[in-house]
Amino acid sequence: MEALKMENITKIYPNGFVANKGITFSVQEGEIHALVGENGAGKTTLMKVLFGMEQPQEGRIYVGGKQVKITSPLDAIAKGVGMVHQHFMLVPSMTVAQNVTLGIEPRKHGLVDNEACVKMTQQLSDKYQFGLDATATVSELSVGLMQKVEILKALARGAKVLILDEPTAVLTPQETKELFEQLKLLKKSGHSVIFISHKLEEVMELCDNVTILRHGYCNGSYPISELDERKLSRLMVGRDVILKIEKPDPKPGKPVLEVKNLEKLSDEGKVVLDHISFTIREGEVLGIAGVEGNGQNYLSDCISGMQKYDGGDVLLNGKSISGRKISDIRRSGMSHIPEDRMTVGCVSTMSIMDNVMADRFDRPENMKGIFLDQQKAIAQTDALIKEFEISCDDRSEEIRLLSGGNIQKVVVAREFTSGANFVLANQPTRGVDVGTAEMIRKYLVRQVREKQIASLLISADLNEVLEVSDRLLVIRQGKIVAAFSKASMVSEDELGEYMLGIKTMTPDEMEGLL
Amino acid sequence: MSALRIGSFLYSVLRLSTPLIFAALSAAICEKAGLFNMAAESMMLWGALIGVMVNGWTGSVWLGFLGGCCAGVVTGLLIALATVKGKADLMLAQIAINLASSGGTIFMLYVVTGDKSTSAMTIKSQSLPKIALPFLKNVPVIGRMLNNQNLLTYGAILAAILLMIFIKRSRTGVHIRAVGENPNAAESVGISVSKTYFLTWAISGLLGGIGGVFMSMGYTSAFTKNMVAGRGYIGLCASSMVRGNPIGAMLCAMVFGVSDAIANQLQLTNAPVDLVMMLPYAVTIIVLIIISVIKIRTHVRKIKNKASQVKDQPGILPAGLSLSLDSLYGIASGPCSAAAAGGSSV
Repeated sequence: MEALKMENITKIYPNGFVANKGITFSVQEGEIHALVGENGAGKTTLMKVLFGMEQPQEGRIYVGGKQVKITSPLDAIAKGVGMVHQHFMLVPSMTVAQNVTLGIEPRKHGLVDNEACVKMTQQLSDKYQFGLDATATVSELSVGLMQKVEILKALARGAKVLILDEPTAVLTPQETKELFEQLKLLKKSGHSVIFISHKLEEVMELCDNVTILRHGYCNGSYPISELDERKLSRLMVGRDVILKIEKPDPKPGKPVLEVKNLEKLSDEGKVVLDHISFTIREGEVLGIAGVEGNGQNYLSDCISGMQKYDGGDVLLNGKSISGRKISDIRRSGMSHIPEDRMTVGCVSTMSIMDNVMADRFDRPENMKGIFLDQQKAIAQTDALIKEFEISCDDRSEEIRLLSGGNIQKVVVAREFTSGANFVLANQPTRGVDVGTAEMIRKYLVRQVREKQIASLLISADLNEVLEVSDRLLVIRQGKIVAAFSKASMVSEDELGEYMLGIKTMTPDEMEGLL
Repeated sequence: MSALRIGSFLYSVLRLSTPLIFAALSAAICEKAGLFNMAAESMMLWGALIGVMVNGWTGSVWLGFLGGCCAGVVTGLLIALATVKGKADLMLAQIAINLASSGGTIFMLYVVTGDKSTSAMTIKSQSLPKIALPFLKNVPVIGRMLNNQNLLTYGAILAAILLMIFIKRSRTGVHIRAVGENPNAAESVGISVSKTYFLTWAISGLLGGIGGVFMSMGYTSAFTKNMVAGRGYIGLCASSMVRGNPIGAMLCAMVFGVSDAIANQLQLTNAPVDLVMMLPYAVTIIVLIIISVIKIRTHVRKIKNKASQVKDQPGILPAGLSLSLDSLYGIASGPCSAAAAGGSSV
């Protein structure tokens, strides 16, 4: 029997971004259904619609064959849809039982009946072989066990359809295996599971059917038995419009940035960068492709000096950046276009001029005595506004009042005129309009060629990494898994196979390409 | 020192601790809900004034008590209204209400009685009764300490126990704690965070109000301007030290009561009065520093343990020491954030 059906769902955000367009898929009772797609393909939005966190413009939802309107997460729970969020919704100092029964506590003599809470939780845990101790304190549990508490919470509220949003992202391989066993048990007892993931081997192992989303559209639903990993990856990864950037061949000079055996552990002690080594030379762009969350941001933070690394070294123009202040690293040749422009890239409440001058106000040539030379600052800012065609009222306009594309132009303008010979660009065109994105990419390539600077481009946008980069590396689970000497010769299918872990290059194959 | 003198010293400790205990409990319930209660001071001031006024008008000490309670609750609800409904900043709203109450109570006293400093001459109000416990009469020390205390002194101890049960065992108490630690988790299971905040402020106001009533209708028998004199803040410290545990907050409040009592005793000697008056507040700072140091030490030990655990696993480096410094600063920066940092770092 059909447990859930979403029909023709269309969700357009107020800023005009089409997250879902006419998506239809259904889940049977006792089925594990995978929902796959790249980041930004619309998986999360679709599940938010199902869980009542977003209202779609069009489309219908059926639960158990009946058409329903889900207005809030509570409403979704009442209709038997439960969700296990990526960020756990638990109260750390309370016990497993208290968390599971929160809001639905059994009572005796007006007080919470702790014994009944524990009994109810323990029974539920035993029934599905979760192996949880109902009296344990949540803060002392491992991440894997916390996730089970979340699942129990949903089951205790009578969920028939469980949404798991990238549940294995935080788990160790053993915990993942355990989770799969339990999900299969749930399936046997008639529950339906929607499993969101972009790890293909997990989807192939666990799921019965798969629905593929690409750029907000539904790219079909298939039984897993009809697919193999390669087919699935081709359905997932792809370019809509092929972008071309004309550029002369690179003439690499001496090394600018050398990353040697870089290691990094996350706050939880997980290895997030695993012996990464590469060199970038003058006059070339090195691209790093990969599914998001595979260590790109840690890599960017380690190279820019925002975070300390735990092993190996990063040399900029021959000098280690370890233990140095960011201002010092920048002075020795680093510039950085960060992924999050609003918190790291600019000060949103300051003017365009203040933001442009933020990295250079203390340089002697911009000073007049102990004060900033206003005339020079104005002249520099106006020149950049003109060159980058930043649309604004004037240089004193607060930066937060500009559009995303124009804010990014201010950041790019500052970073490319700081006099650095290395530019770290982390998702430089994320969330900006097509015109600005093209302008930023072309500017990057022109600067690298004309001024013989080096650049590292980290991007989840295939168009961008394939066209802008000269050489290309692929990162997966904190490791470099592939290296190509000519980015423009790589096909997207091939790239997809490396990104999603179907193929991995051996160190010998990558020799000389790093 | 004779048993009698020890007994009377402890008697005055209990008496002086009473308003501090109520203030501490008022702060404790807020702390459990993840709120920082700086306004116990205002709740107490209004409780003290309105208690005396209602008592004077009606002639009933019990109606006066009730009036004081209501005044506290209204003060608490006013903060909830401003911060939950009005989205005002919690700290600023409380500073505003404290300043307004300090002046407002004097203004109201002046309007009603024409006197700007005290109600002693103009409003005829009584004190809540003292309770004689004859069976304790002949027990040394304890008898002197516990016998003949004001009704509200026993009430303070009872309130701490009841609040403990309420927070630990009642459904509402569990919900308050859940909201305090992770509002998203609470909201996701259908607990209304804003309703919980309103309720918390009402209970907090009630406890603060009773503390105020004790000041003007137990400790003394009239309202005097600014008579709370920082007791609300001392209560807040007491509660912060034990992360809002009601029984612990009561015991901490008693520690401050001891320093109050010592100050009172020293005033009878030749010691400089101004210096002596400073004692309870100086003790507050010293105790806060000691507690903070202990917290940081245990936190560092925990991190070291974690690091050595990680070290034992092959292939993983002992990281986390430098990384966790931030959460350490989280603890050092404020007693209130300690609970939050401890909770979220898990």
